[in-house]
Amino acid sequence: MVGPLIPMGVIPETWNNVIALLLGVGFGFALEASGFSSSRKIMGTFFGYDFVVLRVFFTAAITAMTGIFYFDYMGWMDMSMLYINPYYVMSAIIGGIIMGFGFALGGFCPGTSFTGIAIGKIDAMVFSGGLFIGVFIFSELYPLFQGLYNSGNMGGAKIYDLLGMRETVFAFLLIVAAVGMFYGAAFVEKKVKKVEY
Amino acid sequence: MKRDGTFYINPYLGGILLGLVLFGTYYITGRGLGASGAVKSSVVSAVHTVAPVHAEENKYYSKFLSDDASPMSNWLVFEVIGVIVGGFLSGTLYGRLKLRVEHSPKITGKTRLIAALAGGILFGVGSQFARGCTSGAALSGMAVLSASGIITMMAIFGSAYLFSWIFKKLWI
Repeated sequence: MVGPLIPMGVIPETWNNVIALLLGVGFGFALEASGFSSSRKIMGTFFGYDFVVLRVFFTAAITAMTGIFYFDYMGWMDMSMLYINPYYVMSAIIGGIIMGFGFALGGFCPGTSFTGIAIGKIDAMVFSGGLFIGVFIFSELYPLFQGLYNSGNMGGAKIYDLLGMRETVFAFLLIVAAVGMFYGAAFVEKKVKKVEY
Repeated sequence: MKRDGTFYINPYLGGILLGLVLFGTYYITGRGLGASGAVKSSVVSAVHTVAPVHAEENKYYSKFLSDDASPMSNWLVFEVIGVIVGGFLSGTLYGRLKLRVEHSPKITGKTRLIAALAGGILFGVGSQFARGCTSGAALSGMAVLSASGIITMMAIFGSAYLFSWIFKKLWI
């Protein structure tokens, strides 16, 4: 079965929402079981007392990336059919900076706050409430942001193209960088005073 | 395995699990995972219900309104319902279900909730600029090596690192 299965018509569209629910269960389980329902565990990455976010995030990214490249190479999936979020240079950077600010205050990102809600964290519920307010504010003030939001569209640009590298070379370097960070994280964790939470 | 809430799976195992779910999502649906998109769908849907004319005239809401499908029947809304179910299953399995406010001993619960609200609002605004959050823009984008994914990821973590030291008191 050559993927992606739904766009290829292997699985009918009607199953889309059921599949969404099931994949979501896997996503939520992996996040909660790793400790992402706790804001103080998440924030450990920035202070060096618990690098769980760094480990889980980069392991997940390189696992999925390797699977996608392998399946594409073997002809089991057509990578060119995958949806790529368009790259609007300034909007992506400014959005990321604002999210980082929110991360430092709130201790969650949207996905992790939902798992916090699932186990009864009131701070996660309040954070999620804030998300709705934030989206509402952005939408209402959209005329002000419109210029920035739509500027510098580079479409589904790939990072290796921008860097002038072969995709496999970049993928390999990313894996090397991730493993390097895992060693670095273990080293820092030993030096930093433990935080009870 | 202890069930007193202190047990977490090995982070590399957690990462592989999450990576396989993300890979499976791409393989089956042709797109990545997400979270903030479900919030956007809900806000669009709510505003459209309360003030239909306003929603249709607003250039942002109207992008996501179409005649044939309600914005609530969005893929990500079902996925996020799944995330909550999955989180609940894991929390039940490891004994973590408890209604509480988690905060540093240096701050009060009220301070924590105010900061959480402010953080959520900022994350909501930022995720619209970046066309996705840590899940939809950063993680899913990295898996396909998109420029938007890698750049957004670096902007989020770089900025979070800087601001977390400014607001250190909230955490340690």
